Amino acid sequence: MQLITCPWCGPREETEFRYGGQADLAYPADPSALDDEQWARFVFFRDNPEGAFAERWCHDAGCRRWLRAVRDTRTYVFAETRPYGRTA
Amino acid sequence: MSTPEHPDFLWRTPEPKRHYDVVIVGGGGHGLATAHYLARNHGITNVAVLERGWLAGGNMARNTTLIRSNYLWDESAAIYEHSLKLWEGLEEDLDYPILFSQRGVLNLAHTEQDVRDSVRRVEANRLNGIDAEWLGPDEVAKICPIVNVSDGIRYPVQGATYQPRAGIAKHDYVAWGFARRADEAGIDIIQNCEVTDFVVDGDRVTSVRTSRGDIACGTVALCAAGHTSVLLDRLGVRTPLQSHPLQALVSELLEPVHPTIVMSNAVHVYVSQAHKGELVMGAGVDGYNGYGRRGAFHVIERQMAAAVELFPVFARAHLLRSWAGIVDVTPDASPVVGHTPYENVLVNAGWGTGGFKATPGIGWAFADTVAHGRPHPLVAPFALDRFVTGALVDEHGAAGVAH
Repeated sequence: MQLITCPWCGPREETEFRYGGQADLAYPADPSALDDEQWARFVFFRDNPEGAFAERWCHDAGCRRWLRAVRDTRTYVFAETRPYGRTA
Repeated sequence: MSTPEHPDFLWRTPEPKRHYDVVIVGGGGHGLATAHYLARNHGITNVAVLERGWLAGGNMARNTTLIRSNYLWDESAAIYEHSLKLWEGLEEDLDYPILFSQRGVLNLAHTEQDVRDSVRRVEANRLNGIDAEWLGPDEVAKICPIVNVSDGIRYPVQGATYQPRAGIAKHDYVAWGFARRADEAGIDIIQNCEVTDFVVDGDRVTSVRTSRGDIACGTVALCAAGHTSVLLDRLGVRTPLQSHPLQALVSELLEPVHPTIVMSNAVHVYVSQAHKGELVMGAGVDGYNGYGRRGAFHVIERQMAAAVELFPVFARAHLLRSWAGIVDVTPDASPVVGHTPYENVLVNAGWGTGGFKATPGIGWAFADTVAHGRPHPLVAPFALDRFVTGALVDEHGAAGVAH
């Protein structure tokens, strides 16, 4: 188990958080314009890098807010966490 | 039980040639089985199996060796039952001991919904010619007396499905058996040879770029499990694969106490007892993507809590080792097998937490797919394009967590 720094609550145990997968996936701007292939890519296809990965995590057992993390999928070390949807 | 004597060398250590008709990427169970059946069923022997580490040192060395075919959907039942039938004759085929022991599997049900799903699965299995029965708690206790079927636990056992032909096998011997036969047929097994990139000409891959030089190839057959998407990224091919750590552990060696295999999706543990006497237990995947071959301790803790509640006799057993493998999971808990946008690159991936049991079955069907350049009927439903057509094979009920 490791500590994850919630931008609002500070360092908390990993078990308080829920994983939300790849970050920064935007809902299609014009959904009705998408064909099946494009929908498949939006619904099912995700990055799966070996290395730095921008992810969503939710502080489920704490403030219940979403955060954006950059974590190394080889070492599991968090490089940064910040409020979701903010760039700074 | 005594273990067999092994010869000093079961396969050669050849230098890679500069060209092969088929290059199999990944020297685990699936890669080696594919090599064996390419030679045995199709006479294709100008084949290399490239392994970046040591032979069968990835998930083939890290799984919990459970073999069963009691999957819900016809497509899954077909490939896993084909595999189970091959397991039943594998010692003779490989002429090598694999300690295949058909001791049966109990899949426990703990809730009313579990019971309904389980009975449905039993009936589906029977329609597919797979041995399956529904047992009440008393019958569960007769087959496996150490399971706690009392009402005094958080999620009492309401019954179980039972597949008597399920079993376990010695994973290393399986890999060695396949490797030996492939080697005998003239196939080169090349360890410490990491594929780092591909040389592309139009929609074909002409060579694989490796840590031991470029190797030209007719067909590339990817059997790289958790690292498949890393390789396909080099080709710009996106997949729905997500790699997760999956942990397992063994206890110290104990007298035989556990006569069968017990799995419980609801409380999240699966247990068998290896021939040597260790209790072998598997967890669910760690929640986050990871390639680190280790997982979080709280996942193990949760799994042990479930195990001790179901098996009070385990409470004083000591944990001997725990480890993790990197499994590639898909959105529908079914594999991805078949063609890619590159005409001579075939993929066999996405077996998630349950690939070991499929080893001979997928080796057979994937070799056939490679040999004929079209999907074998058993793997056709698992093509990558099902995520576009929507024809998913949703096995979360039978396969989602526990394998």
